[in-house]
Amino acid sequence: MAEVLGRAFRRNEDFELLTGRALFVDDVQLPGMLHAAFVRSDFAHARLSGVDLEAVRRHPGVVGAWSAEDLGDYWQPGPLLVPPPPIERLTFHARTQVPLARGKVRHAGEPVAVIVAESRYVAEDAAALALVDAEPLPAVVDLERALEPGVALVHEDLASNVAAHVIQERGDYAAARAAADLRIARRFRYDRGAAAAIENRGIVADWNPRARELTVWDTTQAPIPIRNGLARMLDLSESQVRVVAPFIGGGFGPKIMMFYPEEVLIPWIAIRLERPVKWIEDRRENFFATTQEREQIHDAELAIAADGRILGVRDEFLHDCGAYDPYGLTVPINSQCTLLGPYEVPAYRSEFRAVFTNKPIVTPVRGAGRQHGVFVIERLLDLAARELGIDRLEIRRRNYLAPGAFPHDNNIIFQDFAPLVYDSGNYAPALEKAAEIIGYEAFVREEQPRLRAEGHRRGIGIVSYVEGTGIGPYEGARVSVEPSGRVSVATGVGTQGQGHFTSFAQIVAEVLGVDPAEVAVSTGDTREFHWGTGTFASRSTVVAGSACHGAASAVRQKALELAAGILGVTSDDLVLEGGRVSVRNDAGRSVALGELASRANPLRGAVRPGAEPGLEASSYFGPDRGSTASGVHACVVEVDPETAEVRVVRYLVVHDCGRVINPMIVEGQIHGGVAMGIGNAFYEQLVFDADGQLLNASLMDYLLPTATDVPAVETAHMETPSPLNPLGVKGVGEAGAIPVGAAFAQAIEDALPEYGLEILEIPLSPNRLFELLERKRKEALP
Amino acid sequence: MERAPLLQRTPIVPIVNGTPRESEVEPRLLLSDFLRHDLGLTGTHVGCEHGVCGACTVLMDGRAVRSCLLFAVQADGCEVVTVEGLTEAGADGGGDGRLHPLQAAFREAHALQCGFCTPGFLMTLIPFLEENPDPDEGEIRAAISGNLCRCTGYQNIVAAVRRAAETLRG
Repeated sequence: MAEVLGRAFRRNEDFELLTGRALFVDDVQLPGMLHAAFVRSDFAHARLSGVDLEAVRRHPGVVGAWSAEDLGDYWQPGPLLVPPPPIERLTFHARTQVPLARGKVRHAGEPVAVIVAESRYVAEDAAALALVDAEPLPAVVDLERALEPGVALVHEDLASNVAAHVIQERGDYAAARAAADLRIARRFRYDRGAAAAIENRGIVADWNPRARELTVWDTTQAPIPIRNGLARMLDLSESQVRVVAPFIGGGFGPKIMMFYPEEVLIPWIAIRLERPVKWIEDRRENFFATTQEREQIHDAELAIAADGRILGVRDEFLHDCGAYDPYGLTVPINSQCTLLGPYEVPAYRSEFRAVFTNKPIVTPVRGAGRQHGVFVIERLLDLAARELGIDRLEIRRRNYLAPGAFPHDNNIIFQDFAPLVYDSGNYAPALEKAAEIIGYEAFVREEQPRLRAEGHRRGIGIVSYVEGTGIGPYEGARVSVEPSGRVSVATGVGTQGQGHFTSFAQIVAEVLGVDPAEVAVSTGDTREFHWGTGTFASRSTVVAGSACHGAASAVRQKALELAAGILGVTSDDLVLEGGRVSVRNDAGRSVALGELASRANPLRGAVRPGAEPGLEASSYFGPDRGSTASGVHACVVEVDPETAEVRVVRYLVVHDCGRVINPMIVEGQIHGGVAMGIGNAFYEQLVFDADGQLLNASLMDYLLPTATDVPAVETAHMETPSPLNPLGVKGVGEAGAIPVGAAFAQAIEDALPEYGLEILEIPLSPNRLFELLERKRKEALP
Repeated sequence: MERAPLLQRTPIVPIVNGTPRESEVEPRLLLSDFLRHDLGLTGTHVGCEHGVCGACTVLMDGRAVRSCLLFAVQADGCEVVTVEGLTEAGADGGGDGRLHPLQAAFREAHALQCGFCTPGFLMTLIPFLEENPDPDEGEIRAAISGNLCRCTGYQNIVAAVRRAAETLRG
């Protein structure tokens, strides 16, 4: 079948999802299954003297209850998931989360005991009977105060709350600064939000004592690392542990291989009790016990020439890790690297301190620190453009890397430990396309003034970004053709809605000449495929997709060689189409793929030495480094200066994720990313008080954008293929979410030029925007 | 081990997807838990348990309700329809012919990604389309503004509803 790639095939997985048949973790029901509930700390920071579970254990229906003291040798801090990258002068203190707090609690909601009972209702009844003996300590909440002398320490074995200190630089910023015609220095803030997948986390563990096998259903984005880690912790061989990530109701980062306390404890309990145990997070727990992201404070300076050319950037920032730092420095390194954007930045000095606080743990959430970098550089350019009297688009044009500049080495280290090298890109055409589609010139010249005259305050925002995607180390896939002709693909990455059942099927179908609807894809089950890492960093299509392509190509080669022997021609004379291998221009001479699969697995006769049976092949793909996607976001907003209500009138994304496998899926990723970005920019903020208590831990109080808040997103594709993989693809999962704050801020400022607003923080909210406007109104008073 | 206390149990007979289901339940059992765990109808999903996300929406006597905000005992004698009730019994193939036109439109328009919120959207929209066979975009967006989706940005859901409305109008 020709042209399978690049076409908007309907998704193979939709039937199950639409009819309520798809298996999510909470749908797993096993005979004799018990249910767990966790007792969590009410305090953000407290000395923990003990947890009395006597009354809990006496409660009818309770089968077991454990505090840290009851875990024996199983109590171990979790693994350091991502060690610090090889950057000179880097300091990093790994302090990873523990299964149950012992001696001290470090954030509100940290688990201190687990209770297992005949039903979740009973387990929660009993949880209320636990007596937690805790002495509150001053909470470390504010990022800057966390570094003041004499402040409480989140980890008392460290000299301060600094978790890491990293400096990366290239060129000579001091010289650039001295040579600059203009320097723009500002402080930028980004605050915390929740990933808020609609499905909360959950885990079901089932120990079969006869087979000595553990099966775990886990809402994880990375079932293979979880299997390997659980095997190690539980002293089982990897082949005794099967981890299944079935359909997952949204991931967005926090469902990565975290080894959350619940993930580590439920399997251990299931083995001890020899009964299946289920724990499903409730929404309130999700606000405390699932990782979050985004609090950073940047002090950044741009050194720029009068003609708008960037001479250098200096950035010093604080990054909030929360109470532990198991995911290493991925988020702040992403911020540091993404700030460079699509621009030529000759001198760059970036220094950050990661800081422990008494708040939930920070790990990547869709965008994973890239938002901050984009926000800082785009805002600096906007301010410089204003100051220099250069058009916003023009200042970007003057600084884009030229199409001939690739591969472009930024001379700093990225989150994947490789040098930050952009593989390919073509930035200016995306800007021109965005400007054309959104009608930038006409808007600025005619529409905006006309609307202003009518009393409407509309503004336009237009920003660029790059996104490091598709990082290694590797993924694998196995492609098989059965004698029935059925084609199946197994890969290890988990799937949380990205359409892998369809895009991987398309990749294989293209190579094997079959219908993608007939290709069965398995993801996220370690029994089906047990090599790989997981779904994160917009990498599945790039890395696992390339492995699918490799495996399918090997199967194709095998099929051609077999068919050549049967049909008495050379394989060059053969074509694969419609599930058959046929002689070119002689379709009457052909053999079905299923027949070849039978021949490749004979019951009698000799097989050539070295031949592998079956029409099957596995392949692995590991890119040298990530591929760099890019794009432009443009939006038009209308602001009511009296109420500070902001309405998004238009939102456009011109993006370049290399070759597109399924445009429908890619656009869906963009739509959803933008919706999350709009939430991040204007609705969503986790509010902690001075004691580290989260004040809005419900969906009543933490506002996710609804259908009446999110506009229809327009999209346009550019395709600059990546040279780093056989498909030429780049990742797209996070692109929609990353630059929204920057576009939004620029558009609001543009809507209200008379205020001279400088929006230097995200998230905004109607309240916060109102405050900023009031401040300007007061300043304007005589 | 002590037995769980014999909590008061109440007999109920809700009619679920057309079948009377005689049950005895604790008065505090949520309708969502009853459907999912007692009846095994796991297509109804639970996202927040405080009535905001809408993932658990089912029909009760023809009206869209949040099953996490109701007790199972409140459904006694009521007609309850879950997402499993939208397709013909025994529909196990991948053929769209067995999908409700709304489900088929969701597939055509790529109105779902992870699919976790989808059953709630479908059950919210069934009575909406009965009452509003030809809704405009604003009406559709208002109708689904009580259902949260974190994946799609809603626009393909809106497109799917328009497509389904067209099909249903015939």
